[in-house]
Amino acid sequence: MNDSQPTLSVQNLETHFFTKEGVAKAVNGVSFDIAKGEIMGLVGESGSGKSVTGFSIIGLVDPPGEVVGGKVLFNGEDLVQAGEERMRQLRGNRVAMIFQDPMMTLNPVLRVDTQMIETVLAHDKSVSKDEARQRSRDALGQVGIPSPDERLKAYPHQFSGGMRQRVAIAIALLNKPDVIIADEPTTALDVTIQGQILYEAQKLCRETGTALIWITHDLAVVAGLADRISVMYAGRVVEQGKLDDVLDHPVHPYTVGLLGSVPGHNTRGQRLFQIPGMTPSLLKLPPGCAFQERCPRVDGACEADPGITHPVDGRNVRCFHPHLEEAAQ
Amino acid sequence: MTAMLEVKDLTKNFVKRLDMAGKIAQKLGSSIREEVVHAVDTASFTVDKGEVVGLVGESGCGKSTLGRMIAGILPPTAGQISFKGVEFTSMTQEEGDAAALAIQMIFQDPFASLNPRMRVEEIIGEAPVIHGMTTMQEKANYVGETMERVGLGREYSRRYPHQFSGGQRQRIGIARALAVQPEFLVCDEAIAALDVSIQAQVINLFMDLRTDLDLTYLFISHDLSVVEHISDRLVIMYLGRIVETAPTDELFDKPNHPYTSALLNEVPRLDHRGIDYEPVSGEIPSPLDPPPGCHFHPRCPHAMDRCKAEIPVLREIAPGRLSACHLNDG
Repeated sequence: MNDSQPTLSVQNLETHFFTKEGVAKAVNGVSFDIAKGEIMGLVGESGSGKSVTGFSIIGLVDPPGEVVGGKVLFNGEDLVQAGEERMRQLRGNRVAMIFQDPMMTLNPVLRVDTQMIETVLAHDKSVSKDEARQRSRDALGQVGIPSPDERLKAYPHQFSGGMRQRVAIAIALLNKPDVIIADEPTTALDVTIQGQILYEAQKLCRETGTALIWITHDLAVVAGLADRISVMYAGRVVEQGKLDDVLDHPVHPYTVGLLGSVPGHNTRGQRLFQIPGMTPSLLKLPPGCAFQERCPRVDGACEADPGITHPVDGRNVRCFHPHLEEAAQ
Repeated sequence: MTAMLEVKDLTKNFVKRLDMAGKIAQKLGSSIREEVVHAVDTASFTVDKGEVVGLVGESGCGKSTLGRMIAGILPPTAGQISFKGVEFTSMTQEEGDAAALAIQMIFQDPFASLNPRMRVEEIIGEAPVIHGMTTMQEKANYVGETMERVGLGREYSRRYPHQFSGGQRQRIGIARALAVQPEFLVCDEAIAALDVSIQAQVINLFMDLRTDLDLTYLFISHDLSVVEHISDRLVIMYLGRIVETAPTDELFDKPNHPYTSALLNEVPRLDHRGIDYEPVSGEIPSPLDPPPGCHFHPRCPHAMDRCKAEIPVLREIAPGRLSACHLNDG
């Protein structure tokens, strides 16, 4: 493997849900690359397909959902084509996922040490049990859990919410994966606890070279953490680029609207910019650009499918009328 | 001028009573005792007419309990709440009813706070008919006007809550509160469950209603950036106690209490890029067994011996600013 190859390359991924009411294209042609040690923020509102993208990468989409197209190249190997056996080898070993609710990862009736040792041994039979325990202990210490030796013997319910999420992160780290997909892992946590988790996540990527996909609805979290950002709307990445570029000079009207609607420092007492209307149902998307009904720049051209263009260097945008005047400033 | 709402030494304890086995064990000399959660501990603050006060704290700090006591949903264990200068317990029946109508609450979860089996016209129209603000004949029109005020079409009045999106449901919750013509709204995490673009719509709605209807808000939230946007003054709570109150600008410019500083540092912001996070250490202690002295001392970088023993008093440190920290005595 050479260094220029991305650790993970998602190409034109399509995941559809075949429901009674029709086909919902939850992920509709999503592409991105992540290099070693890179943190990418995958941002979107509820129903934008950001979580399904994460699940599709790791092969956890349940029926009626199905990955119907595209490639997920992990160090060159296509995970979409990989069989269940191969996915089991990779999952929790080379590719790991952290869920919003840590109890999705943790078994409530098993002690933390049982679960962690199992995770190590499942992927590497040559490790002795003591060695696995040592690695579990180290992983807990790494994510900032005090007195890890004692905490190994605890059950998940004996941890607080923030500590549980740390345990889930420690489990994800056990086999030093190449890619971690984190699906809103701090959304349910308090601000000070969120700060601690973000700190650990950032440190780990910098130290171990793990690539991280951070899925969130909170632009402000991504602003402090990520190197690059992909903004999703109705199953598509509508804008993608370097973090600073996108946040300072967004060009897609949805990104512009989203950033304008975040309250904060300079907005006190003023009206916030509001995107009119609401997220459309995936079953009833208009033909062409999915954002057209809420977009201030809409015209006849938007009824055609917007392809990926590069209106600015290093930026992928799906829009016929990008805000280029802002980007030029 | 008296404040519109004054809360003085308000305290709420939740007691977990012993069950039969526990009582017997206690009689037999076991050390089992009733568990007491000090949800709110001698909280005092005021809200002036027309003001928006933000009440901020992390989960378990007692902010929702405080809001519920003010809205009259929970009885306080001790302390006083005065509305327009009259203390709750000394009100006549009529005054009490008027105050109960004038203070309305908007809840966090728009999915749990609306009766799924009632049509929107019933949800919004029931209370104003009972309280004589409109009549059965006029109800449809009254509900329609209220719905339009919060940005919902009146043609939706025959629908059920499940036929609306999250943002629209929150508008129904707001319309229900507005229907009885309140003067004071307690908003408990009213926008926390909404998507960013919908959040902006509802924040704007709150601000429009404030000017149109001359409303006063107590805005409870854990999200500092939202609170900073709409509040005139902030009250910061930690583990049942108010640790600092100050006008919003001053608080953000120069936080006094170490907990406030920590909180402000942790808030993710769009303009804080690629920061090297330096988190506050430690967990929020359990309110069942709070640390002695200042509740924040186990996590505080400036803790002294005194902090472990003596509860700091909330006192004025500058005009309009109160803080409860021993450092201010030094």
